[in-house]
Amino acid sequence: MFSTAQAKSVIPGFNITMGFSLLYLTFIFLIPVGGLLLYTSLMSWDEFWRAVSHPQVVASYKLSFTASFIGASINLVFGFLAAWVLVRYQFPFKRIIDALIDLPFALPTAVAGIALVTLYASTGWVGQYFELFDIRIAYTQIGVVIALTYIGLPFVVRTVQPVLEDFEAELEEASAALGASRLTTVIKVILPALLPALLTGFALAFARALGEYGSVVFISGNLPYATEITPLLIVAKAEQYDYNGAAAIGTVMLVAAFVLLLVINFLQWWSSRRFSH
Amino acid sequence: MSTVTNASALPLDRSGLWRRATEEPQWVRRTLIGTTLVFLSMFLILPLVVVLYGAFEQGLKVWFAAINEPDAAASIRLTLLVVAIVVPINVVFGVAVAWAIAKFEFRGKTILISMIDMPFAISPVVVGLIFVILFGSQGWLGNWLSAHDLRIIYAVPGIIIVIAFGTLPFIARELIPLMQQQGKQEEEASLTLGASGWKTFWYVTLPNIKWGLLYGVILCNARAMGEFGAVAVVSGRIRGETNTMPLHIEVLYNEYMFTAAFAVSSLLTGLALVTIAIKSFIEWHENRNRVTA
Repeated sequence: MFSTAQAKSVIPGFNITMGFSLLYLTFIFLIPVGGLLLYTSLMSWDEFWRAVSHPQVVASYKLSFTASFIGASINLVFGFLAAWVLVRYQFPFKRIIDALIDLPFALPTAVAGIALVTLYASTGWVGQYFELFDIRIAYTQIGVVIALTYIGLPFVVRTVQPVLEDFEAELEEASAALGASRLTTVIKVILPALLPALLTGFALAFARALGEYGSVVFISGNLPYATEITPLLIVAKAEQYDYNGAAAIGTVMLVAAFVLLLVINFLQWWSSRRFSH
Repeated sequence: MSTVTNASALPLDRSGLWRRATEEPQWVRRTLIGTTLVFLSMFLILPLVVVLYGAFEQGLKVWFAAINEPDAAASIRLTLLVVAIVVPINVVFGVAVAWAIAKFEFRGKTILISMIDMPFAISPVVVGLIFVILFGSQGWLGNWLSAHDLRIIYAVPGIIIVIAFGTLPFIARELIPLMQQQGKQEEEASLTLGASGWKTFWYVTLPNIKWGLLYGVILCNARAMGEFGAVAVVSGRIRGETNTMPLHIEVLYNEYMFTAAFAVSSLLTGLALVTIAIKSFIEWHENRNRVTA
C-alpha cells in the first residue's frame, strides 16, 4: 500500500523513516484500535444491542449529541464574530486576545473543568448573577453546554481567520460599487466564501465536544438520565469491569468519530477546491 | 447611493462622516468588538483569573505548601517522567514520518496523513478503554501479563502508552505541512555536493524546521502533561504512585481541598500560557522574516 513510486531519488532515508513510522503507528494505533473493534465484533448482536440501547445510554447519547451541537453552534456564531473582529478591526490588547484564543487547546481539561464549575456554580463569580433569575448553570445541562462550548472555542476562529485574511478586497469593492449595502455584501459575498471554513470549524468543534470528558465531569454533576454524557458512562463501565458494555458504547463513539473525520476531510477538500481555481 | 460609492476611493475620515463602502459604520464596529470581548472574557479570561485567584488567595506560603505536599510532589514527578519519555518518542516519530511524507512520493500518502490525524478525533476515554481491554486484568493479555508479573493498567506503563497515543499527531502535524512547503531542492543540492544524509538533515533540514519543531514539542508537552480522560481510565488513581497532575487535581477537588487543587492547577495554567506565548512569538518571528525577505 505504501510502496514508493519513484525509485531513484538522491535523498536517502525513505526505508528507515517510513519503516519506523509504520511500525510505530501499527503498534500504538492500528493494533489497539483494531483490538477494540475485534473485541466488540466477538460479542453477540443481542449483547451489543442491549448495551448500546439501554435507556440510560440512549439518554447520554441525546445529551452528548445535543449539547455538542449547541456548543458548536454557539462557537459558529461567536467564532465567526471573533475571527471577523480580530482580522478586520484594531483595538487595544488585540494581540493578547488573539493569542488567548488557543487557551482551551493548551489548558488541561481538568483545570478548565474546575475553573468553569467554580465560576458558574450558584455562588460563583458568574453563577450568582444567573441565580438571581433562578437560572442554575452548574450541575445542569446548561453547564454541560458551557463546558463543551469552552473546549471547542478555538476551532471556528482558527479555521475562518486565514480565509478572511486572504479574502480579496476587490470582491467587496465590486459588490459595493454595484450598489449593495454593506449588510448585503457581508451576507451574499463574504459569508458564502467563508462557508466551507465555517462548516469545517463547526465539525471540528462538534467532534471535539462529543468525546470530551475532563472539562464536563466537574460542572455536569453526572446525574443519570439528566446530566450524564456518554464518555462518562464508558469510564464508569470500565471501572466496574463491565468491559463488554464499555467496548460496545466505545465502538459507537469510535464510529461517530470516524464519520465526523470523513465529513471534515470532505469539507477541507471542498474548501481547498473552491479556492484553488 | 452614489456618495457612498465615491467614498470608497476616499481615505477614512475619522469624523465618521465619510467611510469606505467596504467598512462598517463606527457603531457597528464598536458593538461587534464589545460583544466579542464580553464573550471571550466569560470563556477565556475569567476561568484563567479564577484559577490564579484560587491558587494564590491564601498567600504564597500556602501555595508552596500545597505544591510541596508529598502526593502533589509525587504527581508532579510522575508527570515529568511521562513527558520525558513521550515527547522524545513523538519527536522521532514526527520527524521520521514528516521526512517520508515530504521528501518522497508514494501511494497511500493521504491515508497515512489521515491516520496520523485520527487519535485527535477519538475520545480520550475510548483511548483509555482500548488499552484496558488489551492489557487490563480482565483483558486479552491480562492473564499472560499477571503470569509474568507485569502491570500495565493501573501502573505507569499504561499512563505512558495512552499519553503517547493521544499526543501522536501534534509534532507530526506541525512538521508535515512545513516540510512539504519547503520541498527538497536544498537537500538535493547538499547531497549532490557530497554531504552525507545525516549532515544534510542536521545542517540543511533542521535549521529550516526548527521553529515548527519547537512549537510542536511545546504543544505536545502541554498536551501530554494535561491529558486527563485517557489517563483517568488506565491509572487507577493510586495516590503518590499513578496520579498524574490532572488526576491529582481531580482528587483534591473532590475532597474539597480547593486551594490545593487550584495551586496544582496554576502550574499547568502557567505552562499553557507559556505554550501560547511561544506560539505567538514564533508566528510574529515568521511574519517578520516574510516581510524582510
